[in-house]
Amino acid sequence: MLRACTVDELPPGESVRIAGPEPIAVFNADGEVYAIGDTCSHQDASLAEGWLEGCFVECPLHAALFDLRTGQPSCLPAKQPVRTYEVLVDNGVIYVQAERLENTEDAA
Amino acid sequence: MKSVAIVGASLAGARAAQELRAQGFDGRVVLVGAEPHLPYDRPPLSKAFLAGTAERESLDLLDAEDTASLELRLGTRAERLDAAGGRLVLSDGADLTVDGVVLATGGRARTLPGTAGVSGVHVLRTLDDALALRAELVPGVRVVIVGAGFIGAEVASTCRSLGLDVTVLETLATPLERVLGPRLAEVCSRLHDRHGTVLRCGAAVDELVTAGGRVTGVRLVGGEELPADVVVVGIGMVPATEWLAGSGLEVSNGVHVSSGLVTALPNVVAVGDVAAYTSEKGGRRHRHEHWTNASEQAGVAVANLLAGATTRHYAPSGYVWSDQYEGTLQLAGHPERGDEVVFTEGGPDAPAFVATYQRDGVTVGIFALNSAKQFTRLRRQALRRPAPVA
Repeated sequence: MLRACTVDELPPGESVRIAGPEPIAVFNADGEVYAIGDTCSHQDASLAEGWLEGCFVECPLHAALFDLRTGQPSCLPAKQPVRTYEVLVDNGVIYVQAERLENTEDAA
Repeated sequence: MKSVAIVGASLAGARAAQELRAQGFDGRVVLVGAEPHLPYDRPPLSKAFLAGTAERESLDLLDAEDTASLELRLGTRAERLDAAGGRLVLSDGADLTVDGVVLATGGRARTLPGTAGVSGVHVLRTLDDALALRAELVPGVRVVIVGAGFIGAEVASTCRSLGLDVTVLETLATPLERVLGPRLAEVCSRLHDRHGTVLRCGAAVDELVTAGGRVTGVRLVGGEELPADVVVVGIGMVPATEWLAGSGLEVSNGVHVSSGLVTALPNVVAVGDVAAYTSEKGGRRHRHEHWTNASEQAGVAVANLLAGATTRHYAPSGYVWSDQYEGTLQLAGHPERGDEVVFTEGGPDAPAFVATYQRDGVTVGIFALNSAKQFTRLRRQALRRPAPVA
């Protein structure tokens, strides 16, 4: 379990990057918290710096879109998914389960 | 439409192939590429690939699934397009009859006169160019780069990271001034100095100095001579359109296309560095030599090709990025000379900043150094780009 931040530190539309087995990006998408591998699978860029649109994040460098629920890219240039991580909110603190999940629709 | 030939197998061509499938075309797609290589991504050629930290495989633009549905004709040039746009003659003698054609031929790097056949002189546009240059960037060599545009600056930065002596020559008073305007161009030019690259502005090359067929120096107009073991020429490109002579298509500094990227022939479209288009409002022609442009144009051109009519118009985002030294530079919009530059975060000497270009009280461009998050946010909010369709 990795502590990301408190709920107050991550208002809707915001993101944080935390260190883990790989850098992990944690997003608050309209009240729902998601965590995915931070490094874009296309080229070296931080998805935590991307643009959040619903439950998709757009890579800040080349506009690849990733579904925060599945880690799957929904448009080019990215073709490979990023990992998704389970998120747990406990007592006002957001934690990330730093173990790989299967990329399934109901991962979050 | 049952068959489409794409001429040019770099980013614009590869993306056109992907777009054809993504937009439901299930006919024959032939991808013709002059280079023998599978389609690859060019931006790393001046950065990680040149530095030796990225492998060839990481540059692949197409995966096995993409190529499985394509007829690849690599190492083959298109030599002629007939006036109806339905027949291509290829350099291997093949005659290709198709219903639609995507022109994505890009162009060639401009060279300096008198440099042909001189060893130690390089341009950087193709994978082979990058491999040839990389082989010569060994410890101790003195590198002179002609042209301080994006390519020149990125190569300078990579060479410095390899610990080499680098001098960059630029004819303008400030490099990138035409792209960034004088104020931000000046800020960027200081990156060179900060990282030990010697930048010489207002310096024009008179001739190369050679010995035994190899470059040993560069003589400037005015007589000064700079020693050089390796010279890299980064002074732009020339669109590859000569082969279209006799096709009836209008060609001058690129292939003339409409705002929908369609030529005078409705079954022939053009994308990427070679496409010279007018905007929906008409006016002057534009041609862009940037990655995002090639990528974005493919979807528009393919939609119009398949529809047989202009259903989509191209509206460029004007997005360009460049990695130089420890900096990622990002630009969006279309700044012009005379726009007012306003720093919204940090200032011109900061290691990270965001600035906007203002014209008549409207934000017309955004520029950032090492501030991807703020840049993206501003780009989305101030430039009002349409939201992505997921």
